Order: sequence, then C-alpha cells, then structure tokens
Amino acid sequence: MSATYTIPVGPVHVGLKEPVTAWLELDGERIVDAKVRPGAIHRGIEFMARERNPIQVIYLSERICGICSFSHVLCFIRAIEDLANLSVPIRAQYIRTLLLELERLHSHLLWSGVACYTIGFDSAFHLGMQMRERVMDVLELLSGNRVNYGVATFGGVRWDVTPELVKAARGMIRYYRREFGPFREIVMEDPVAQARMRNVGVLTRDDAVRYSATGPTARASGLRVDIRKSSPYEAYADIPVEPVVPQDYFGAARGDVLDRFAVRVLEVYQSLDILETVLDGLPEGPIVAEPNLNKVLASLKKADGTGWGIIEAPRGDNTHIVRLKGGDDNVSWWKVRAPTYANAVSWPLMFRGNELADAPLIINSIDPCISCMERMMVTDGRNAGVVTKADLLKRCRQKTFDMRANGFEGGAER
Amino acid sequence: MITRVLPQLLRQLCSRAVTNLFPSAHMPPSLTAVLSDPEVSPNPPVPVGKRFRGRLHYDRSKCIGCRLCVKVCPANATDYLAEEKKIVIHNDRCCFCAQCTEICPVKCLTMSETYMISSYARRENVVADSGPLPAAEPKA
Repeated sequence: MSATYTIPVGPVHVGLKEPVTAWLELDGERIVDAKVRPGAIHRGIEFMARERNPIQVIYLSERICGICSFSHVLCFIRAIEDLANLSVPIRAQYIRTLLLELERLHSHLLWSGVACYTIGFDSAFHLGMQMRERVMDVLELLSGNRVNYGVATFGGVRWDVTPELVKAARGMIRYYRREFGPFREIVMEDPVAQARMRNVGVLTRDDAVRYSATGPTARASGLRVDIRKSSPYEAYADIPVEPVVPQDYFGAARGDVLDRFAVRVLEVYQSLDILETVLDGLPEGPIVAEPNLNKVLASLKKADGTGWGIIEAPRGDNTHIVRLKGGDDNVSWWKVRAPTYANAVSWPLMFRGNELADAPLIINSIDPCISCMERMMVTDGRNAGVVTKADLLKRCRQKTFDMRANGFEGGAER
Repeated sequence: MITRVLPQLLRQLCSRAVTNLFPSAHMPPSLTAVLSDPEVSPNPPVPVGKRFRGRLHYDRSKCIGCRLCVKVCPANATDYLAEEKKIVIHNDRCCFCAQCTEICPVKCLTMSETYMISSYARRENVVADSGPLPAAEPKA
C-alpha cells in the first residue's frame, strides 16, 4: 500500500500569477490526483454593474481582465448591441477586429514569455517580453493606453485608425515576421525546453471534448474549434480564419504543453496575416453609428430584452449575457463566462501522472486568468446569511447594553 | 542560441537608454531632493502618445452644470454641487476613460498630459477648478 500525501499549491505561489489553490495528492513526486479550488479573487463586478448604466459598464467590463480586456468589452458591447438591435459601421467592425488581433498577439507573446520563465528559461522570457513591447506601442498609439484601451463603444469605436497608425502597424508586422522566428526556434528547438514540455500535462482529444476545453487548449488537443470560423463576428465574416491545430503542422496532436506552446506561437503568425488583411481592406466611412451619447443612452433606456455576445478571446471563447429592462437606466443583470472557467476544469486531468515540479507549468499552460474566471461564490450554507453594516452596528450597540445590564469584569482597569 | 540572440544584444547596446538606475546607494530622506540635484541627470521620460489620457482638466467658468458627466462616469469620480450647479472631480477615482470629455456639451472637461498624479494628500487630487485651458495644451 502506498501512502499519498496532499499539498496545496497556492492560493499565493511563485508559480502562479493570480490566486488559485490546487490541492495536489502526491505519491512521492508523482501527482496522483488534484483538486482545484478557486475563490480567492472574486470581486463582485456584476453586482457593481447593477448600479451603473450600460455606458458606465463598458469601462467596468474592461476591468474584468487586464490582458484580454478588449475581448470582454467587445463581448459586453456585442451583447447590448444584440438586444438593442444597434448596427455597427463596417469601418468600426474592421477596427474592432484589428484591436482583437493586436490583443491576441500581445497576449500570446506574453504567455510564451511567461511559459519560458516558468521553466527557468530566463533569456527566452526576456526576449519574449522585449518583443511584446512593439505591439504595446501600436496599441498605445491607437488607444492612448497600454492596457484598458477604452476603444469600443455602442455602435462603433471611439478612436479612428490614422495613416500614422497604419504605418506603425505595418512596421510592427514586418518586425515580428523577422524577429519572431528566432524566438520560436530558440525555444522550440532547445532540447531542454522540449524535454520539459513534451508529454507534460497531456489533455487527450476525448477529454478535451468531455470537459469542454476552449481556445488554444482545445486546439492543442487536436480539436478544430474557433468561434472566428464557426460563428464569424465583426470583420471575420470577410476574413477566413482556419483553426490552428498541431496535427496540420507536426503530424499528430498530443495535447501536451509543447503543443499548447506551438499552437499559440503559430497563432501569432496567423494574427499577423489577419492584421495585414485588415489593414489592406480597411474600408472608409464613419466609425460610430450614433455619435450622440445622449441618444444612445436614451435608446438603451427603452431597450428591453436579453442579449448574447460570444467571441474568440486569446484564451478561448468568451460569453457575455446581458439583460436590460425597459425604462430602467441600469443593467438588470449580466453574466460573464470567461474562457479560463471552461479550461480550468481540465486541470486535474492534466496534473495526473506528472511530477510536482511540473505543476506550475501545467497551471500556466492553459494561460489562466483567474480574475476573469471567478464570477460567483457558492457557499455550503453553513455560514448562510449576510452581516450588513446595520447588523454589525446593532451587535456593537447590543454588547454595550448587555454589559450595562449584566455587569462586567475588569473593563475599567484595562 | 548565442548566434540568434547576438543581433538582439548588439541592437540593445546601441539603442537609447530610457530607464534609470536608482539615483543613490541607499534610500535618501527625500527622493525629490536627490532628483533635483544637478549632478544627478536621469534620462528624460519618454513623451506620452498623442491619444494619451492624463489627469482631467476642468474649466469651471465654462461649466453649465448639465450633470451629463456625472451620469456617464464609470468610477463616480465626479460629484455634483447642487447649489452652485458645478462639479468637483476626484482625480484619484478617475479611470481615464475620457467618456466625460466626450459627452460634455460645452467641452469644459479635457484630458491633460499630466500623468504624475499620485500624492500624499488626497485633497490635491480633488479638482474644483483648473482654470481655462492653456492654448498650447492639446485636446483629447
């Protein structure tokens, strides 16, 4: 009989960028089973949305995630546009696509850098982070910010693409075509890096289907899933996107960390192609359907119904569902399903049979965004009930009354 | 690997430095005093982009008190003064989305290029009036 013992990774851990707990059951160095326990970073954003009108919630939804912030904004905006039947000018749709691909580019570059850092390949990490600066510069030129761009609004976008930006973006595409190859070769052809990532954290194709993995995690297991192809939105209707799956490039999909790395690296090239197509085909015209925000707010106040927005975020498919009540200024309710929520379910499967030292790499391999994922708290009912400020005040006052009535010991001396 | 990284290294050696080393060996009593020392010459900050959104600039005399900025502010950074029909901006709450400058009918709100806005006193970030806009300052 072999004795196993359980150790927690997290909620705060060097291998993790965000708080989440993984309880690993170990037999020696080998992970036998794992339980993932989120719940350390719930922020109640949906609750805050209920006391704000849709225009205010745009900027709140931007704060769900720092890296894929535009995906959340666009998803929310598409949900509102869906329920209020707002149309978007074609130029705005192209600019939105441009932003989405720039964001995918910087998210994948960041992730490949961080993956190298996790396995201790620091020079590749710095190289990746240095390369990412170029796309951040383009994002800054377009929106004025490096994160939380504030670009999208209902029925269009707020900042237009200038000739200066087109020039910078084309320069950036040339830069990545030239510089990204060496980075890919440094990591993917390094025998040590290969040994660290090959056959580690395997998620088989069947398990990926069963546990509904999305995005690069699912594609690395060989599934041809991509919302950009299956249900095109914005300018993807004009731009054909083929899901990047490892079997097309390496013969077989193994679903390990190296495959997930390869899928993201290859998607960088795909994003560059899409960006070029967008820049070539950028149509002329207005960038917003209704520039008068008061009219937009008035029409949203009248709108009634439930809207859906589903897009392919850098990490997988992102879904927002919004309800607006007619005559009510504020958002009635809002549900966010971030891609990590679907991917994190596969973590225990990926952990099984691997060494403890691979745990942070496996956690990072799905590119987790715990802050995106934690959208609700479920309690077991034992501590049911909420102590409000008034309740607390009442208890505080009651204690004084009790002390007066019953007497107390030594209070004055202390 | 060295051959592939070498061009990067050489390029970095030639490129302009924008980061600074910490100006003294130990934490000085006042960092501001050290930075104003003529012997310390830090690399100048990189200029902000054209669309950069910095601290809010509020021209109180132009404000008509329509309360639209209060309505759209996601961070509730604008307080309405009912008696004077003007607003007060809490810049420490501002999330720099520029939605208020977009909706303002008289354009009395603009985003400046100031980004060093942290301070020890909260009051410094409460703006009641920053005067008319200087002509040179670009509008957001």
